[in-house]
Parts: sequence; structure tokens; C-alpha cells
Amino acid sequence: MSAQDLVARAQKWSKDQPWRLYGSQVFVLVRNEVRRNLFTRRRIWIYLLALIPVVIILTHVIFDKSGPASPAQIETDTEVLAGIVQLYYLRLGIFFACMAIFTWLFRGEMVERTLHYQFLVPVRREVLVVGKFLAGAVVAIALFETAVLACFFLMYSRFGSAGQSYVLGPGLGQLGSYLLVTALACIGYGAVFLALSLLFKNPIVPGVVIMGWETIAPIFPSWAQRLSVTFYLKHLCPVSLPMSGPLAIFTIVAEPVAPFVAVLGLLCLTIAILALSCFLIHRMEITYTAE
Amino acid sequence: MTPDARQIVFENVSKFYGEVLGVNKVNFSLQPGITSLVGPNGSGKTTLMNLMTGLIRPSRGAVCVLGLTPRQPIEFFRQVGYCTQFDSFPPGTNGYDFIYWPLRLHGFGHDQAAKLANEALERAGMAQVARRKVAGYSKGMRQRVRLAQAIAHHPSVLVLDEPLNGLDPMARAESITLFEAIAKQGMHVIISSHILEEVDRISDRVVLMSSGYVVAEGQIREVRREVRDHPMQILVRCSNAARLAAAAFELDHVVEAKILNDGRGVLVRTRDAEQFYLLLNKIASGGLVEVDAVAPADDDVNSIYQYLIGSDGGPA
Repeated sequence: MSAQDLVARAQKWSKDQPWRLYGSQVFVLVRNEVRRNLFTRRRIWIYLLALIPVVIILTHVIFDKSGPASPAQIETDTEVLAGIVQLYYLRLGIFFACMAIFTWLFRGEMVERTLHYQFLVPVRREVLVVGKFLAGAVVAIALFETAVLACFFLMYSRFGSAGQSYVLGPGLGQLGSYLLVTALACIGYGAVFLALSLLFKNPIVPGVVIMGWETIAPIFPSWAQRLSVTFYLKHLCPVSLPMSGPLAIFTIVAEPVAPFVAVLGLLCLTIAILALSCFLIHRMEITYTAE
Repeated sequence: MTPDARQIVFENVSKFYGEVLGVNKVNFSLQPGITSLVGPNGSGKTTLMNLMTGLIRPSRGAVCVLGLTPRQPIEFFRQVGYCTQFDSFPPGTNGYDFIYWPLRLHGFGHDQAAKLANEALERAGMAQVARRKVAGYSKGMRQRVRLAQAIAHHPSVLVLDEPLNGLDPMARAESITLFEAIAKQGMHVIISSHILEEVDRISDRVVLMSSGYVVAEGQIREVRREVRDHPMQILVRCSNAARLAAAAFELDHVVEAKILNDGRGVLVRTRDAEQFYLLLNKIASGGLVEVDAVAPADDDVNSIYQYLIGSDGGPA
């Protein structure tokens, strides 16, 4: 079959698909899943994961009575903020929140014995995967972007006008990078945990293995590093942390790549993992008694 | 229209859960009307329904519903409605939302989905309590709201797993009337039950199941005849087994009389158990044979049939 035939077949396939229906189905799925995931008491510990640094910084701001901090300290606080984002949010907070949110999308419905309702409607299972993934992404991104924004503004609020100048100057670019990195981390980890939940009945243990992999990936050859989410995120972090010794493994960038390559790379990895999920969902059967 | 486009076809379908048999070598095709799947618990009724609706895949064979398979979900699930036995609901949902949102996934707009949801709730007798949380419903109400969801999109095939469970007599009668009305519109209604009596009168045909096998299938009269003609095994523990075997052989309806290896009993296969028992009583009362125990020797179709609907084909 020639390339032209292939393109023609792809075009015909695309033309035959009811994209509008898929779009409306994704919208309904996202709406239902967001309500189910975001506004429940069961998710309180995820809010805590996101808000712990915010609360710490806020406490610092409220109880520091020494007046506006010295502008010279901005650089130090910028590194502290970088540490919070890179070491806490990217390594722990977003990781565990995504583990909870995305593994629950399908596995939770198996536990609650409600997944059959999703399988008995005229929705392609691929659309179901995409809808649920987007819902998880909306929840995770909304939560952690809010938290990162709050951390950022609280961090510089105690510097008075100097802080304001910094936020509107170099700080704005850093904020943009942090928001981008946070969103990418949510979708990257989200895709990984969604796939794990379709592969394993208990995705917690594989999740811990993934965490180990994300930590030690920098000591592997560069082609292997590309299979880790943090490989791409590290290239997008605007402030490098002065880490030394074994801790440098969290921040070291062995082979720098351009930011757009890192973004594209992570998006490609996410799409590849989602494609795997679409394949896995077709194997899924409703056998609640086996859960 | 080809025959397949109106039928539900099972072609040599088997389903194994690991090493456990779900159903084995199922072959049948169903015409529109009410079909009842009847069998004791664990006989494979739910497995068959789950296969029919794509919730599970066959280990072997193929299932085709109106010429469609679950691999074409958009076309397939517009035609099929399934009221499962799973008594679970999305957390926090109310009766109306439980029906409205799946209709939106069908592609209906807000107005049409709302209209269909209200209509289905009305038909299931749930309109008054539609805005209440499902968690506060009684078992019968939960059953009816699941039924409402299954019929809301006006499917051509309605699959109902034990739909009368938990319903009070009034709701039961209303549901049966609803099933009959749907079937009269030329649709398939597949109902499972472990009590044939409750679906006997409304069924156009019956599929009798036992231990994962379809043991009889067809119109209710045919099934009764088929089952009645099937030989039944009876194990008799007794002294003088040779004498009993010889007497049994003189009866026309006895197909086989085998003396057990230990010589202390006979395994009899007969088409008329009642007549054989009469003979046995006669021999025993005459003192020719001392009977220690008599028991049906297998879990065959006859014993299942007796369990389900009684030996004379009447209600159990």
C-alpha cells in the first residue's frame, strides 16, 4: 500500500468519524468526573497535599512582624520557591495527587461497582479514556496551579514594592514556567497512573516503582531518561537549585534540551501512554467479583 | 432485512473465568419477543447477559445482536438497554440525573434527554421521587430506576437481569405489563429468573440453563416435552441388586440398569421415575429386596426442571 493510499484511507476514516458526538461525550464525561473527583470529602487529603506549602508560607507571612523583608533576600526566597516547586510539588505533591486521582478514574469505579454504566452507553472506550483523563487533568491542574500561584504571590508579598517589581519583572517569566511545568507534570503523571490502573488491580506498588524510577532515571543513559516524566520537567524549571552530593540527582540536567523540545517530548510521551491505555481499556471486562 | 439483523445469535460461545466455567458451547438464536433465561443461581444466566451486552468477552465463539457487536459501541448501545443485577450507583446521584446524563452520552441534547428521562421515570413509576438521592431509595425503587435507565433511550433489545427481584406485587405486575408492551412493539426482551413461574406466563420462549450449559431451549411447551422425555438417573442402595436390576429391565421406560461395582446397589436410568418408584415400592414391600437408600443420582435437566417448575410442568 502506497503512502498516498494510506493518507486517503486515513482521511476517509477521519471523515467518517462522528467528531461532534465524541466532543459532546467528552464534555459530559469531563463534567461528571470533575464533579465526582473535585467536590468530594474523600479528596480532602489531596487538597492538603497541594496546600501544605501555601499554609507554611502564609504562616511565615502572617507571623513575621519585622516589616518588609530586605530586597537582597529576594534571590534566596526565589531559590526557596524553586525548591518548593521542584522538590515538593513535582517530586511528591503532584506525584501522589495524580496517583490518587487518576488511578481512581477506572479502578475506583470497579471498586464502587459502577463502571458498567460507562460501558453500557454508546461511547467508544477510547473516548471514555480521553474524557476521564481530561477530567483528572482538569482537577489536578486546577488544584496545583492554584497552589503554585498562591505560593508565588505569598512568597513575594512580604517584600513590598521591591517584591512587586520583581513579580512584574523577571518573576513573571518564572511564574509562567512554574505553571507550565505544573500542568505538564499533572498530565504526564496522570497518563502514567491512568495506564497503571488499567494494567494492575492494585496500582500502588507499581506507583512506588515509578517513583523510584523517576528518582534514579538521571543515572541511566539519555535514551532511557526520556522515558521519565521528570526528565522533561527539569528542562523547563526556570531556577536551578544549588544542590550538591547525592541530592543533586534531583536537579542535575545531564543533556540540556531546548524548552520546546522538552514540552513536545512530554506531550508525545503522554500521548503514547494514553494510546496504551486505549488499547488496555478494550481488554477490560466487568468482573466485580474478581476485584 | 437479513434474519441476523433481527436476531440475537450465540455461536458456540464459551466463557471461562480462569479455570472456572461461566458458560460452555452455547448456541442459539433468539427472535423478537420475550425470552426468559431460567436456571438456578450460578447456572450462567448473568454471564450470558453480560456476554450479550459486551460487559465481558467470550473466551470462544461469537455473539451478535441485531447484526451488531459491542465493538461498534455507538450503534450497538443505541439498540441495547441492560438493567444489570449490580445494586450500585454513582455516589451522590439522584434518580433523574442517573437517567439524564447517560442520555446526554447517547448524543441527545438537553431538551430531548430531559424529555426521555422524564418519560422513562414515568413508565417505571418513579417520577414522584426522581429528584431524591438514589442512596435513600428502597431496594424496589433502586430496581425500578435501573429499569428506567435501561428503557430510557427506547432500545430494540432490553436485557433484564432478575428484574422482578425486590419488587412488591403491585410493582411486579406493572413491570410485567411494561415488558409485554415493549415486546408487542416487536422488540427483544430478555429476562433472567431463577423462578420460572414468575416469567412463565409472559415468555414467548425459554432458555433453561444449568451449570453453564443451555439444557433446553424453545417455546415453553417444547421445553416441557423435551425435559419430560429426558431419562433420569436414580441410585438405589440395596441388597440383591441383581434381582432389582432384572425387575427394572422388564419396564419399558427403563433405559439402563447397572449394578454397582460393590454389588450393593443399582444405577437406573428411566424416562418415568414415578413408575420406577412404584416398582421399587412393590419389590421392597414384597421382601425380595432390602432398600437402604434411594436418591436421584445426578443434577440433570429433569431434576432442575422439577426444582424450577414442578414435574408435571405446572408451577412449583
